[in-house]
Amino acid sequence: MTTTAIAVSGLRKAFKDKVVLDGIDLEVRAGTVFSLLGPNGAGKTTTVNLLTTLMAADGGTAVVAGHDIATEAKAVRAAIGVTGQFAAVDELLTGQENLQLMVDLGPVSAKDGKRIVAELLERFDLVDSAQKPVSTYSGGMRRKLDLAMTLVGNPRIIFLDEPTTGLDPRSRRTMWSIIRDLVADGVTVFLTTQYLEEADQLADQVAVLDQGRIVAQGTPEELKRQIPGTHVRLRFATVSQLDAAALLFPDATRDDETLALRVPSDAGTRSLRTLLDRLDEYSLTADEFSVHTPDLDDVFLALTGHTTEAAK
Amino acid sequence: MNKKPHAIVMLRRNFLHITRNPTSVFNAVLMPVIIMLMFVYMFGDAFDVGVDYIDYATPGLMLLAVCYGLGSTATAVNSDMTKGIINRFKVMDVSRGAVLTGHVVASVLTNVIAITALLGVAFLLGFSPAASPLDWLGVVGMVVLLGFATGWLTVALGLFAKSPETAGLASVPLVMLPFFSSAIVPAETMGPGLREFAQYQPFTPVIETMRGLLAGAPDTGDAVTAVAWCVGIALVGYLWASSTFTKRA
Repeated sequence: MTTTAIAVSGLRKAFKDKVVLDGIDLEVRAGTVFSLLGPNGAGKTTTVNLLTTLMAADGGTAVVAGHDIATEAKAVRAAIGVTGQFAAVDELLTGQENLQLMVDLGPVSAKDGKRIVAELLERFDLVDSAQKPVSTYSGGMRRKLDLAMTLVGNPRIIFLDEPTTGLDPRSRRTMWSIIRDLVADGVTVFLTTQYLEEADQLADQVAVLDQGRIVAQGTPEELKRQIPGTHVRLRFATVSQLDAAALLFPDATRDDETLALRVPSDAGTRSLRTLLDRLDEYSLTADEFSVHTPDLDDVFLALTGHTTEAAK
Repeated sequence: MNKKPHAIVMLRRNFLHITRNPTSVFNAVLMPVIIMLMFVYMFGDAFDVGVDYIDYATPGLMLLAVCYGLGSTATAVNSDMTKGIINRFKVMDVSRGAVLTGHVVASVLTNVIAITALLGVAFLLGFSPAASPLDWLGVVGMVVLLGFATGWLTVALGLFAKSPETAGLASVPLVMLPFFSSAIVPAETMGPGLREFAQYQPFTPVIETMRGLLAGAPDTGDAVTAVAWCVGIALVGYLWASSTFTKRA
């Protein structure tokens, strides 16, 4: 069994003069979730469009499911499923008809198709609304139907382009658990997202894409290790208070603009009490006190010098 | 394994759309009928066209009915494109021909429904054509050819437009063009400039061909020009639609 589901090397794409992908390299192991993380306009959708053969690359190579995207597009298409950025469902048809359409257009036989449609409706909790037109569905239901349609042909590699953008937190969690189930079945998932939490929750490997370049790659843990650890953030009312506190904690870093002090700490109750006692001893009071564990937002800021859309 | 060809599956989908979205057909049917009533009852007596006004105007209004149906085609194609439905079909290896032909055939079908309704109303208003069965066959052929040609052009517009709104807007010139032809009044009665435009624009020979056929006196010269225009428009629309379909993702 091959262990590499997707291998990308030096992939480039430009639209007229605008370079959208500036030579990216990726490797996705079979049966894992790979997340391409980046803000709007980073080149995520273009990457998906190239890897799914919807567009031709200007340079570089990519092998998907063992087939070259440039010369064996048909074989690539037969192995993959794609769920685009917008729910690509037919509003005028019912949920069941949408799935049946995929059966009619796909490689499964009519007999198996009936069973597959019934199973997918059941699995995605859409049985009750199967006979209703999709125009009456909520955003979360559309996304679920969209993904169910992608699964009709039982693809081994699935591309999900921002599958939870615009969903409420509950629908997002449902989607996450669906994605986890897919991976448990051995499917490889290539996921793009602008939500760092999503990559953190789902991905085995994360690549951070910014302005057409991969600026970092690794497991969520590895990426988090690249930035300062857990710390306590204290914000003071005046500069003199900040000055006084900075003398107490020599290993802290200060931010004069926000009058804040970042004190490294393990965030345990004992060390926090020591810290607070110390402030008390010198009659210093902080306006704001927070314990900060690094998340991928910090990684993004550290790597690209700007924050993500979601964090703004 | 006996599976339906993709083209049939796509056609079925487009037909289902027509039955599920009756308002779009209603618009395509109702607007031409209203315009017919308006012109025949309100303005008809004011125009001196040499024959009964209803007999003069019906062929032009049939063309108008074709054009009114195009708005919904443009919007439907565009929403398939912008919502990623076409991308989904592409990844499933559904051919360009199957996807696009489905839309064109559905568009022509809408045209045929609208024109049948329009002719029904025309007959109620005293429309009395002198066409032989063979002439009628010619009329049907002309209508279908026109619907096919403008259908391809509209599909191209729909694929090209950024959003369903702009796609709808892009089809407006096609709806306006019949008014600047011999559809409502003879071109000779128009002011200079406009007269030449009306005489040489593609819809005028189409209308004159249908007018000749319905009067039982078809004009071969008009018919050749009309068919040539339609084939040209269809070709441009087809090529434009095909290249946009391939390039855009």
